[in-house]
Amino acid sequence: MAVSSGKDVRETRIVTRRLHDVANSWTYDNARADGAYEMWDEVLRRADPADIHAQVKASGLRGRGGANFPTAVKWESLPDVFPRYLVINGDEGEPSTFKDREIIEKDPHALVEGVCIEAYACKINKAFIYLRGEFALGYDRVVQAVADATANGWVGQNIKGSGFDLDIVVHRGAGAYICGDESALIESLEGKRGMPRIKPPLPIHAGVYAKPTVVNNVETASTITHIMKMGGEEYAKLGVGRSTGTRVAAISGHVKNPGIYEIEFGMTFREIIFDLCGGLRDDRELKFFLPGGASFQWLVNCDEHLDQIYDIDDISAKLGTTLGSGAIMVYDDTTDPLLVAWRLAKFYAHESCGTCTPCREGSGWIEKILYRMSHGLGRPDDMDLLLSASANVSPDVMRAPFTQTTICPLGPSPVSAVASLQKYFRAEVDAACANQPTLIPVSAT
Amino acid sequence: MTFTAKNLERAHAIIAQYPDPHSAILPLAHVAQDQDGWLTNEAMAEIAELVGTSSADVQGVCSFYTMYKRRPCGKLVVSVCTNVTCLVVGGPEVLHHLEARYGADDDVFVEEVECLAACGNAPAMQVNYEYHEHLTPEMAAAIVDDYKSGVLHARGVSGGSK
Repeated sequence: MAVSSGKDVRETRIVTRRLHDVANSWTYDNARADGAYEMWDEVLRRADPADIHAQVKASGLRGRGGANFPTAVKWESLPDVFPRYLVINGDEGEPSTFKDREIIEKDPHALVEGVCIEAYACKINKAFIYLRGEFALGYDRVVQAVADATANGWVGQNIKGSGFDLDIVVHRGAGAYICGDESALIESLEGKRGMPRIKPPLPIHAGVYAKPTVVNNVETASTITHIMKMGGEEYAKLGVGRSTGTRVAAISGHVKNPGIYEIEFGMTFREIIFDLCGGLRDDRELKFFLPGGASFQWLVNCDEHLDQIYDIDDISAKLGTTLGSGAIMVYDDTTDPLLVAWRLAKFYAHESCGTCTPCREGSGWIEKILYRMSHGLGRPDDMDLLLSASANVSPDVMRAPFTQTTICPLGPSPVSAVASLQKYFRAEVDAACANQPTLIPVSAT
Repeated sequence: MTFTAKNLERAHAIIAQYPDPHSAILPLAHVAQDQDGWLTNEAMAEIAELVGTSSADVQGVCSFYTMYKRRPCGKLVVSVCTNVTCLVVGGPEVLHHLEARYGADDDVFVEEVECLAACGNAPAMQVNYEYHEHLTPEMAAAIVDDYKSGVLHARGVSGGSK
């Protein structure tokens, strides 16, 4: 039976400190009393955008949306073209990911302050905060935060006499997971269907209104203020290797204490699941867990996987999966992995934008096959059929990170679940599908 | 229905925020849906005129997004999550209970939705985009009943402020 590490494991609260410690942390007065906009004030007085670049570069900050791209490198790629825009990606829709929602609803001023500093560093005068349509409360809170920041002179024209102008527009989506892809989000922001663009050009060269656009996740933008406060080098001391600092992880499923936990990179999954989250509900046995949201390969109950450290590069090199959106889903021994795989496939089939044939058709077929497999109607050859269908979406099914035949990474996402079934649960799947007659013979893939 | 004078004023303020008026289509459709309870053809035609495009363009855009309802759906949109975390802690049971209970109720539109980002407190639902978490089927029904009787005050059908 998997057990705790026995260590005293704690969170490292940097980005989430205020929303835990301050009552009604979303109000201007409370956030301000806790130090909101002090860093922005100092940045304006220092008037040294290059220093922000240097600090963020020294911090090693990598995008917290899931792609892990170094933020400073993104900024450096900005061409010398104006106007340019900043877009904050708050379209959090990945199954079981809810860390951005916490920041949006409970600490909108941290987001606004981060946007101000980032815009100043990149000489941007207009920023858009794109929030998922379903975040009605989050939208109200961010709109109020921008209004309060504007009323107090932190946003607007000639901010605090610095000569710097910044206008922040809060934009609500309308229900489409695919808009979490930065180029689909830009399309949506332009009032179009949220369909990913073919890259290149990257948004940094031609984004919203075909102008250079920096797109950052909510957590990334909120972290920048803290990097400036701590100093980039100090921030980089946290974490391991190239995974510096902390990550806000959203942990859900069969753990005793689900929720958001701010983790310093380098903690093991054992420490996260069994110490931080108190282990499994009713002290049941762990069966499997998803270490990085819904789109990447799963891990199971074994020492190798549980003692894996929370590190973007290490987990990818050793176990072929990633930390993705920061979500960790934990399932106990009562869970049918087929049912979880089917529900994920159903999600991707529903959310496919329909542009690329492998994704539009493939996600639907994967969902249909997994539906019957998970509902007692599976046929003996279904797992092979599933692998064959998946190979049409992501040719080398078991390879991770996956091969992509589509414009955006949504296409191969359901294939991760199929690969995980094949890797860890093949015997269980075959047993579940043993009793139905085979109707159509399937050739081996 | 077309925009009321107050909402038309809001619409112009929204359009003015963007360098390109076309960007205002989604926010304007939210305003229209909050006003009318669903997204009517007339509203989309008016949005098209306001942002300077065709009504076909606006319909094409709006039909992409699941939050826009293309037929009347009553006063309350009840969105129940059944995605992977809610799935294993009782989300489908909440959905089935509400579907059976309000199937014939014209005021309540029960829908199954994808992850609502409330997995820490699953199972979860939204009523007109207001979160309700840690549900049992009975609690969920009691909450919907409270909205129906006016004990709880609902947002607009598109989640607009109370």
